[in-house]
Amino acid sequence: MLEHIKSFASGFFVTGDPMIYGADVSILLTILAVLFTLTYFKKWRWLWKEWLTSVDHKKIGIMYILSAFLMLFRGGVDALLMRAQLAMPNSNLLQPDHYNEIFTTHGVIMILFMAMPFMFGLFNVIVPLQIGARDVAFPFLNSLSFWLFFAGAMLFNLSFVIGGSPDAGWLAYPPYSELMYNPGVGQDFYIWGIQISGIGSLMTGINFIATILKMRAPGIKLMKMPLFPWSVLSSCIAIIFSFPILTATLALLFLDRYAGAHFFTLDGGGNPMMYINLIWMWGHPEVYIIVLPAFGIFSEIVSTFSRKKLFGYHSMVYAMMIISILSFLVWAHHFFTMGSGADVNSFFALTTMLIAIPTGVKVFNWLFTMFRGRITVRTPMLWTIGFIPCFIVGGLTGVLLSVAPADFQFHNSYFLIAHFHQVIIGGVVFGYFAGLYYWWPKMFGFTLNEHIGKWAFWFWNIGFYVCFMPQYVLGLMGMTRRVVSYSWDKGWWPLNLVSTIGAGLMGIAFLFQAWQIFHGIKHYRKNRDTTGDPWNGRTLEWSIPSPAPHYNFAVVPQVSELDDWWEEKQRREHNPYVPPAKEIIEPIHMPKNSGIPILMAGFWFMAGFGFVFHWLWLTVPGLAGVAICMLAHSFNDDSDYYIPIEEIKETEAAIRKVTTS
Amino acid sequence: MKVPKKLRWLATLSMLIFMLLISTGCTEKIIVLNPKGPIAEHQRDLMLISTVLCCIVIIPVLILTAIIVWRYRDKAGRKASYSPNWAHSTKLELIWWGIPIAIIATLAVITVRSTYALEPSKPLKASVKPITVQVTSLNWKWLFQYPEQGIATVNELKIPQGVPIRFEITADSPMNSFWIPQLGGQMYAMSGMAMTLYLQADEQGKFWGSGANFTGTDFAKMYFDVDSVGQDQFDQWVSKIKSDSPVLTLDGYKQLVEPSTLQARSYSSFPEGLFEMTVTKYASSHNHGMSHKDMLDMSTSDDHDSTHGEMPGMDMSH
Repeated sequence: MLEHIKSFASGFFVTGDPMIYGADVSILLTILAVLFTLTYFKKWRWLWKEWLTSVDHKKIGIMYILSAFLMLFRGGVDALLMRAQLAMPNSNLLQPDHYNEIFTTHGVIMILFMAMPFMFGLFNVIVPLQIGARDVAFPFLNSLSFWLFFAGAMLFNLSFVIGGSPDAGWLAYPPYSELMYNPGVGQDFYIWGIQISGIGSLMTGINFIATILKMRAPGIKLMKMPLFPWSVLSSCIAIIFSFPILTATLALLFLDRYAGAHFFTLDGGGNPMMYINLIWMWGHPEVYIIVLPAFGIFSEIVSTFSRKKLFGYHSMVYAMMIISILSFLVWAHHFFTMGSGADVNSFFALTTMLIAIPTGVKVFNWLFTMFRGRITVRTPMLWTIGFIPCFIVGGLTGVLLSVAPADFQFHNSYFLIAHFHQVIIGGVVFGYFAGLYYWWPKMFGFTLNEHIGKWAFWFWNIGFYVCFMPQYVLGLMGMTRRVVSYSWDKGWWPLNLVSTIGAGLMGIAFLFQAWQIFHGIKHYRKNRDTTGDPWNGRTLEWSIPSPAPHYNFAVVPQVSELDDWWEEKQRREHNPYVPPAKEIIEPIHMPKNSGIPILMAGFWFMAGFGFVFHWLWLTVPGLAGVAICMLAHSFNDDSDYYIPIEEIKETEAAIRKVTTS
Repeated sequence: MKVPKKLRWLATLSMLIFMLLISTGCTEKIIVLNPKGPIAEHQRDLMLISTVLCCIVIIPVLILTAIIVWRYRDKAGRKASYSPNWAHSTKLELIWWGIPIAIIATLAVITVRSTYALEPSKPLKASVKPITVQVTSLNWKWLFQYPEQGIATVNELKIPQGVPIRFEITADSPMNSFWIPQLGGQMYAMSGMAMTLYLQADEQGKFWGSGANFTGTDFAKMYFDVDSVGQDQFDQWVSKIKSDSPVLTLDGYKQLVEPSTLQARSYSSFPEGLFEMTVTKYASSHNHGMSHKDMLDMSTSDDHDSTHGEMPGMDMSH
């Protein structure tokens, strides 16, 4: 019996590498510490009632962002390990198989479990506030989306200690990701981790389209909507058309691996090329999905901190919508070198170049928003100013890559690696950080220390260039991606070393950010945002207190123009004697919290885990649980309530007391 | 700003180190920009042209960014104009829709023309007859068969200078990519397909090639030497291998397919039709009513040029 358990455990748990044992111990200790703290301070009930079952978009947003930071940490450690391995030629720090797992998890985590939740977090916190809504269109679904993401992310990360991580690259090209070459469970963790969270992403896309189209406060015509909700709309349109492709593709790969089908296998009539086409039909829109909201954030920030209207609002809207549509027409530029022929390659090279046009227009509009403005360089603006040159250069190398015949030399090389990191870090990550710093006071009610924030920014920004500029050159020196080591004679050592130093600088930058947040929490009384409008903002979210009460707006605002809050402030300044219109408070209709989303995600997790290990005894009850949760929710009529007028008045009075004290 | 000064120093320092590294003897290692054949040369020129074209916009924009950020910073006594409601100018916006459109249009013309010109399966113009090398990506090594010479090598490619080489590329392993940076861009090696890639070395010398697409554990050991020599030397080399090297048998090939890494080696002969067999082994499942023999016949026929990217008999439309 004991032997039996031993042999099971040695296959079940990841063993052999001292680094992994170290990680195991630290994970276990962290979990124990969290459990102990919650129990000691009797916070379980609070956690369940206030957070885990909450359908409040602001709390869900914060949980998304918190998860994104955890994942940023993990993906960042992966990155540092890779750079440490590549710092010296013929390095033996990591074994090849371990290295392969690390670059795979780095990619998957950074895109799907860091960028996506970070983005959804910002959607959640800000979109309803900017359009004068009290919640999203489907609050229950929103909570379910979050928990599905969380279950998927945890399932994926579990592969680190149980069963082994996937190692086929972030897009898992077959035939390498098929059973024939990849018999372990890592690839199944990949499939189910992404599938479960992918369902959540799709639902979020639907949710925010509905929210933006149907829940805007009276007077916010589409063309009077701030740019951020516009960017969310364009991103969500891409989500609802692309994520079903991902789900279908991974389902087919799953059938290949689980049921012996032959969609993408080498034998039995399968065709790996089909997978590569399908995965990029999702994969390319995906990168625009994450970058469009960053464009929206920059637009908000650049206008606020230049104290000037956004230049070319209409151009900006059209540009984003064009990008959203064009993003579906460029997928084959990821495999110019697979012999599609000159006709196909020309077409996809042209569509790819076309995207540079609206993107270029956006840059000009940001610049001319600053032109004849009054620029105050606070941290959100610092990230925005850092973004512009970085993105311009990243865009340039993107255009170079789109020149199909030249791409035959760039493809799979570090030139490509440098390019996409430049647009993803310089565009997406800088954008989300800018957004986080910008809206932080609105989310938590206190401001962060600017001084530490500037250190963090400069370390990130300089670290970025030191890390990735050498990689362009390495690509031209013939260094290909995913190599675990290289020999002295290639001459790649000095630039790799520089690149590793840059990665280290970015690691330090992350520590600064963590310190900044702890510092902020420690001194939050001193840095309280009592105005609700710390940056002299322009849009509706700044018209209410920070943090926003759970119903957001005591009275639904009446909006008459773009940047309505700014105009309102101008009116008050010019006419201080006109009192604000008398507001009539009415009972507010709100959704009730629900424990079903977290339970359902738990059942999905069970089912996914069962699928990974071919344990039907776990899969079947898991899926049954999912079905029961759906039924339970369908028959639940007790899903909403009204906040009485008295309570609203009390809450408002309490907020005012805090803000005036 | 107080902080940035120190960090600016750091940035300057690191850039200096970077420049130093570039300028001190590393430049010849930037092999993509140091081509040795017509294809790589054309590709390098394309890179340079497109970079210059993009820089026409990008450099002024970068300078403009710096000027605007500097000039319109909020500082006491700032005299720069401030027009908070100026948010639209049709003229200006037409200019910056126009500039990228003009640049991209120019680049598009260049790209399309060169895409057709550099189509990898297009034979190179040359006075001499091209030689064929059949490339098979294996886990984790490259097998090169010279059907006209009747020899085969592993991880070592010798080619005559000035003669176009017609590479036929496939895989008996996960998908890889065959890349010799100094001769030209890469081409995927995929099971069930024989891709065509024409390259040529204009100079004699030693280069290297690699597997550019990830294929598993020892993927990083798939480098191979490329040696471009004079025709005489090439012929000598062939006859030496013919007389000295062992024979590659079918069993020997099966051993090669097994995952391993290998030093360079050579074979005086290989089983006839081995490459075609490797390709059709995977493609056979695609055949619709065609016998294995039909397909073998087709794939060994001379009509290769129309078959790039697709295996004969493999009809993608089904």
